[in-house]
Amino acid sequence: MSAGTPSTLFRDAALVVGKDLRLEWRSRVITSQVLPFAVLVLVLFAFALDPDRRILGEATPGLFWLAVLFSTLLALQRAFAVEAADGVTDALRLSGLDPAGIFLGKAAGIAVHLLALELVLGVGVTFFYGTTPHGPVLLVATCLAATAGLAAVGSLYGVLSAGMRARDTLLPLLLLPVVAPVLIAATQAFAAAYDRSSGEGWRWFGLLVVFALLYLAIGIFAFETLLEES
Amino acid sequence: MNTTTGGPLEDRETGSGAGLLRVHPDGTASPGSRRFGIVLSVSVVVFLAVALVISPPDSGAGASENAMGEMVRIMYVHVPVANACYLAFFMTALASVMYLWKKTEGWDSLAAASAEVGVVFTALTLATGSIWGKIAWGTWWEWDARLTSTLLMLVVYIGYLALRRAILDPVVRAKRAAIVGLVAFANVPIVHYSVTWWRGLHQEATISRFDPTIDGGKLFALMFGLLLGVALYVWLMIHRFRLQYAEARLESKGLDVALAERRAEAVADRPQAGAPLAAAAQKGTNP
Repeated sequence: MSAGTPSTLFRDAALVVGKDLRLEWRSRVITSQVLPFAVLVLVLFAFALDPDRRILGEATPGLFWLAVLFSTLLALQRAFAVEAADGVTDALRLSGLDPAGIFLGKAAGIAVHLLALELVLGVGVTFFYGTTPHGPVLLVATCLAATAGLAAVGSLYGVLSAGMRARDTLLPLLLLPVVAPVLIAATQAFAAAYDRSSGEGWRWFGLLVVFALLYLAIGIFAFETLLEES
Repeated sequence: MNTTTGGPLEDRETGSGAGLLRVHPDGTASPGSRRFGIVLSVSVVVFLAVALVISPPDSGAGASENAMGEMVRIMYVHVPVANACYLAFFMTALASVMYLWKKTEGWDSLAAASAEVGVVFTALTLATGSIWGKIAWGTWWEWDARLTSTLLMLVVYIGYLALRRAILDPVVRAKRAAIVGLVAFANVPIVHYSVTWWRGLHQEATISRFDPTIDGGKLFALMFGLLLGVALYVWLMIHRFRLQYAEARLESKGLDVALAERRAEAVADRPQAGAPLAAAAQKGTNP
């Protein structure tokens, strides 16, 4: 690691998050393209599963997290397309920022976008599917832990497939099987919250936390190798 | 196994192309691997005789309704193949770690070869598991924890091979593949636990599981199969690794050949306009 102390690590991470959020504030790509896409997915689910037969209500947790996963793919492609243009990767490498800091910054930026998406989707399922949310503490905790895991794996695989010929088709193939446990755990935790049986849900929350910590650790150690190449 | 893992390093250090990389001029075989192959072929025939004919059918543990009868024979193929696929992916993860540490091409070739052999064994595991499922549950596919997590593992390693194919630069490919090889292996227990918990929730629909007794002839057939599975993996690895190594050498050599050809073309096509460039190129190649 080029810069050692924790304070520089978090300063570097904050710089990268600031840059990504400023970019989003000026370009509005996530807000004007990915958010409408996420809502569109909710509407398409209703077309696929007859809305009159209560299937939507029962399947809400799974549909919510599927919509989150699909939107995550788009958000990731956006987050790393930004880095691929105009030799930004070289600039980042030359900037002297701690690679682990860059990783945490990218992950945090993606996490902020995902949390905004989940908020909109949460309102969306309540509005379109008529599901009344229960257990707000478990719901919010699940969203936070699942988002941390998705953002950590997402930034790792985003930089892995950056600058590659078949990037757009390869990323879903690499990412989706790895985040399958997140889909299972987050869906089960949501289902437990909706059924008011939150004891089971907290166990799934624990799995989400383990997943997030594991991939944050892998990302922190692997990012230096990934940045120094090419 | 020691010779396989030691091979790439030995070759790096001596630079003589000895040991595992010494191959027959016509292919990836060497006298040693040929003899190994002959022994392996004979063993497969003997194994099939033991597993399919000589070993006794299953009579069940305790109650006779648990008996698999003749169907127990699928186990002698399924278990060894599943064992070999875990061995293969463990090898990929180990070689990936070694690559990130040593940064030598041999470890990257080993990881790639093992992943490819592992994908074949995983596909066989799923196929034989599904046949077993048809016998035990009456359907080709159940959302059984082990079948489901094996399927996810197969997709993860197909992604690993796709990533390798998508990157042209050998060093970039080796680094990124090593990290994916590691992540893929770290992911196996997480997928396994999550899928087991997930299926544990819906256990009301009890699936009847056969419970064969493993003793005498059946134990011998199973152990023979396990040993043969590992031996088959080693034999495939020797050939796949040599092929991978030859490919890498061809790749680097091919670039030099292509450069030389383009230079020769430039000299031949444009003797006037290209003269300074061609002269410089020739000065560069043969001073």
